[in-house]
Amino acid sequence: MNLAIKDIRHNLGRFVLTSVGIGMLMMIVMGMSGIYRGIIEDATLLIDNIGADIWIVQHNTRGPFAELSRVPQNLIHRALAIPGVVTARNFVQHTIQRRNKGKRLRMTVVGLDWPIDKGKWVPLVSGRILNQNHYEMIADKSLDLRLGEKIKLGKNTYTVVGITSSMISSGGDGIGFFTVQDAIEIQFDTSGEAVRLERISRSVRVEKSDLGLKQPSLIEFASQESSQVPALASPQASSVILKLGPGANLKQVMNIIAGWEDVSVYTSEGERQLLLKGSVEKVRKQIGLFRILLTFISAIIMALILYTLTLDKLHSIALLKLIGASNWIVLKLILQQALILGILGYGIAYFLGQKIFPRFPRRVILSNDDLLQLAIIVLVISVVSSFLGIWKALQVNPNEALN
Amino acid sequence: MADKFAIQAEDLKKIYGSGNTEVAAMQHASMHVAYGEIVALLGPSGSGKSTFLTAVGLINPPTSGRIKIRGQLMLNGPQPMVDLKSIRRKYLGFVFQRSNLIPFLSARENVQIALEINGYSPQDSRKRALELLNELGMGDRADNFPSMLSGGQQQRVAISRALANQPVVILADEPTAALDSHLGRQVMELFRDLAHKHGTGVIIVTHDQRALDVFDAIYEMEDGIIELRQL
Repeated sequence: MNLAIKDIRHNLGRFVLTSVGIGMLMMIVMGMSGIYRGIIEDATLLIDNIGADIWIVQHNTRGPFAELSRVPQNLIHRALAIPGVVTARNFVQHTIQRRNKGKRLRMTVVGLDWPIDKGKWVPLVSGRILNQNHYEMIADKSLDLRLGEKIKLGKNTYTVVGITSSMISSGGDGIGFFTVQDAIEIQFDTSGEAVRLERISRSVRVEKSDLGLKQPSLIEFASQESSQVPALASPQASSVILKLGPGANLKQVMNIIAGWEDVSVYTSEGERQLLLKGSVEKVRKQIGLFRILLTFISAIIMALILYTLTLDKLHSIALLKLIGASNWIVLKLILQQALILGILGYGIAYFLGQKIFPRFPRRVILSNDDLLQLAIIVLVISVVSSFLGIWKALQVNPNEALN
Repeated sequence: MADKFAIQAEDLKKIYGSGNTEVAAMQHASMHVAYGEIVALLGPSGSGKSTFLTAVGLINPPTSGRIKIRGQLMLNGPQPMVDLKSIRRKYLGFVFQRSNLIPFLSARENVQIALEINGYSPQDSRKRALELLNELGMGDRADNFPSMLSGGQQQRVAISRALANQPVVILADEPTAALDSHLGRQVMELFRDLAHKHGTGVIIVTHDQRALDVFDAIYEMEDGIIELRQL
């Protein structure tokens, strides 16, 4: 006869409520690791999927995922000249916050070097990739934009032609994919008045200089569009990403680029690690510590619950001992209840997690490794937390049944 | 049977405390109970009845004296001569003032657990538990929990449990205290019938003077000393 089951059956309501409580606590522990996994996954999804072997970034910076990086767009031509490089693409990334349909729209803008990169690697849920160099975008579904929807960013209006999912930046914002040209346009969007004022001030600067006095035509030239002024550099990209051909020597290509003094170079894995050790590292530590704390709290709460459950049964335990039950029978009763409580709590945590976590604003990923690790922790907690109850039960004297 | 007596308590003495705080709860207490004999132990509160009962029940060993069951020495003073837990399980049955059933087990399970603890298979235990409950008129309440039974019914279940392992001796501590006089008498008669039928020695500690005619022998205890009352 399984005394643990019999006792649970008799106090089913209380036991179920206790299990639900433990389950919810465990769900938070489970969620913590899920949130951590989600952050890692979200942060690295872009790097893992974009299909780059090498990232060229601004000199002495750690790339667009760690800090601001600026490289000239024409860097791709230099990169393409290196033996073994198959493709070189400009990459632009920046975060914007605008209003759309009266609601806040916060989005990480990623520029794809169209037509080399039309976004074929972006996992689409619906719609299509970017078919033209302007005014189209692929939106992550967390941005709450619908297929065919038009949004105005700066002076231009962009049509959502594709919807993707799980494309989140390390900051937790949904990603919108545009062409590099559009992404730069969005980033450096300035009002008509600002453009006019800049042209005037440019002309004034030329007028004041000797050059303007010697060559008056320059004054007229300076008042033209920025793109028409050769002295002004075109807007810069965040980085240039390279894809190497089969058999290309990664180390050799890296060494060549490392010799250029205006840029820094990382492998895709290097950029990934920089990302993880940068913005994600503190989050990881914070969540890790919180998870450890919660695990301890769960163990203490479980120990107290099991101790209380044991206290309720002291008379029955004394009686069992009086009629000759061995300590093992008593120990088994408490240990089995602890394990049932732990397993049930774990099951409830998993079930509730499956229902609740998808509603979280950020992804909560329950990996099999994490679930297994938590299951082992729960088993250990269940056994350890039953020690207090077992100790109390073993102290019970059969005499106490007579009182 | 190895001996004429189911249980023998010889010259038991129990001292609590030491030095100035020393109290003798039981002195030179002796009792012999034969197989199938039912004896009463009477005495006022604090006379040492429960001390005697827990001593012969191998729960609270005496300071000195000897206890034999089936002629075999169990305790020589406080010194156990055998595994007391195993002897309690095999040879002794207990019934208390309050029925002392395990609240989370049904009537049948309360009897069954005593059998399973003693090594019976769950199937055999279940069968025997039902037989015992039927014998005591509790067959139709076998699946009821203690809280659903009256005081008398609970005592019947407790007696069934005490009988489960066919004990040599049943020790009952005021088993009728919580029952009315009619039910109390019924329970006492039940003990007598079972003792005679199963050949079990029964020692009942009681205050109840109204059912003394059911006993084969009556002992009285006062200030820790036991004396046999002549019937």
